[in-house]
Amino acid sequence: MKLFEHLGKKLFYRYDIPIPRGRLVESAEEAAEAAAELGDVVIKSQVLTGKRGKAGGIAFATSPIGARKEAERILKTKLNGLRVEKLLVEEKLQIDRELYLALTIDEAARCPILLASLDGGIDVEDVAEERMIKWPIDITIGLQDYMVREICRLMGVTGDLKKDFSGILPKLYRLFRELDAELTEINPLALTPNGLVAADAKVTIDDDSLYRHPQLPRFRGKTALELKAEELNLAYVELSGDIAVMANGAGITMATLDMVQYYGGSPANFLDFGGGADVAKTSQALELLLGTAPKVLLINIFGGITRCDVVAEAFVRVRESKGITLPVSFRLVGTNENEGRAILEKVGIKTFDLMDDAVSHAVQLAAAAS
Amino acid sequence: MSIYIDEHTRVLIQGITGSQGSFHTAQMIAYGTKIVGGVSPGKSDQVVEGIPVYDTVFAAMEKESVDASILFIPAPYARDAALEALYAGVKLIVLIPEHIPLHDTLEIMAHARQNGAVVVGPNTFGLISSGKCKIGFMPNRYFIPGPVGVVSRSGTLCYEIIGQLTNSDIGTTTVVGLGGDRVVGLTFVEVLKEFEEDPATKAVILVGEIGGSAEEEAAAFIASSMSTPVIAYLAGRSAPPGKRMGHAGAIIERGRGTYKSKVEALTEAGVQVAELPKGIPPLVKSVLAKT
Repeated sequence: MKLFEHLGKKLFYRYDIPIPRGRLVESAEEAAEAAAELGDVVIKSQVLTGKRGKAGGIAFATSPIGARKEAERILKTKLNGLRVEKLLVEEKLQIDRELYLALTIDEAARCPILLASLDGGIDVEDVAEERMIKWPIDITIGLQDYMVREICRLMGVTGDLKKDFSGILPKLYRLFRELDAELTEINPLALTPNGLVAADAKVTIDDDSLYRHPQLPRFRGKTALELKAEELNLAYVELSGDIAVMANGAGITMATLDMVQYYGGSPANFLDFGGGADVAKTSQALELLLGTAPKVLLINIFGGITRCDVVAEAFVRVRESKGITLPVSFRLVGTNENEGRAILEKVGIKTFDLMDDAVSHAVQLAAAAS
Repeated sequence: MSIYIDEHTRVLIQGITGSQGSFHTAQMIAYGTKIVGGVSPGKSDQVVEGIPVYDTVFAAMEKESVDASILFIPAPYARDAALEALYAGVKLIVLIPEHIPLHDTLEIMAHARQNGAVVVGPNTFGLISSGKCKIGFMPNRYFIPGPVGVVSRSGTLCYEIIGQLTNSDIGTTTVVGLGGDRVVGLTFVEVLKEFEEDPATKAVILVGEIGGSAEEEAAAFIASSMSTPVIAYLAGRSAPPGKRMGHAGAIIERGRGTYKSKVEALTEAGVQVAELPKGIPPLVKSVLAKT
């Protein structure tokens, strides 16, 4: 779960990492009021997309009137397709130098990694390799003082800056660990006459840990259907085609979509209804798909932990209660396949043994329906 | 020869009294796995499928020697159960659950490293030495002995491919499910290394998917260090960037982890990449004919 900048900064504040003075506003009027209080300001759109500056989502103002005008403009624009609902109006910092600091997860090395550079304020990918310090952290001992000293030495940070910078590292690490973050990034970490200030905040929390962070707000960049699927605990992604796809297992669902495309069709979605689903859950998954008004329904089941008879029964149940009329291509093999086929044959539905046959049949059905 | 496990491997089941744990205990016993005990705190008065249940891993290990443990434990409790197994001295841990918090997985991996233990998963179907030992929940009947090693990031897709092999009368030596999470214990490279050293494995099938860089790292290893032929299939060719396709790890982020980059890396390394799962058996047959 990616957090908006203002939420990330709220967390920074809670962990005693300096942030600029500012206010979260929803209208041009409020932006003007904030500017009257703060003086020279920067107005930042609160959207979950990178490169807001380049997209026109960040503006400066030296008066309440200017702030109102800029806020009005930003609230009307869409940034990379996203509507701007909130603005963060902050004091304009006097920046002498911009640093980069982040904690993230090195998936290949399977450990947290600290990234730090004296060249902040630019896209992290543009920082020269030798100017970026990368320090893997053994999670069983955490970030120790000796590591902080060594990171400062490698960066060439000295004097007051070193003292200030050394203070921020352990706080950011504590936030990263305590809140199960996948990423905590400060870019830029701005050096001002009053010391270091986090001028931006990128914080991403691990979705699988949210159950133990009830205090965090919930926000996802998902469509209504995707949220409904999440409620049902289904892995669902909306796509733009006309063949609704349901399969069991992430890998085989992806492979089914690939095959639909290979045979010249276009999938409407990714839906993995998981292993070992019961009739109720399978029915819910089917109902969700039917709600997307596809032309064809393609079901691909290789039962291991999933039982074919359960899927067949759910299908028949939903078909009867919802009156499914759209054409269906059904592949059904694996655990209890004979029982499953018998249930479907009773209502006149034939199944395929091979994935290829079911997929190419679905593509033909879709072509015939258009 | 077998890699990781064989007919002598003594297996413990953590979470044996749960519905999944007890069901798959029966399945594993039916396959021939040597199950020596189960763990379920507070339920040591029970017996599951004839297997004694212990309160703790330590208690089980006072009675039995244990080579491997499989965890049918809900994600929030997986970290504790895995650490218990590691510090009781188990050297191979199979982590079945999906949705383990990432920081918990990192801790498990760090402690495994310190204890010299191997972790398979999380979010895996397990691993199987065909005809000898199954530590996982894959459907028994498809896993027949033969000359092909298989390593896969996903479960059902792997069954699909094994099913196609079985229909072509091709069996397997060992099948390893790495797991669909972003951070997993075993990597393609580590498993490929074992297959390369296993004289019984004459060809290897690598089943990958979009996201991460594990396939690219595998390609580099294959190019530099493997003589056993490798055939690959990759899922996610049609996946849009920025969307998580079911598995936590199956996501194209900032242009990395694309289908194209993986296919190019593998092809460059001399790996034949099948466009469809059904393309795999003919490729396997042709490389086996040459050995």
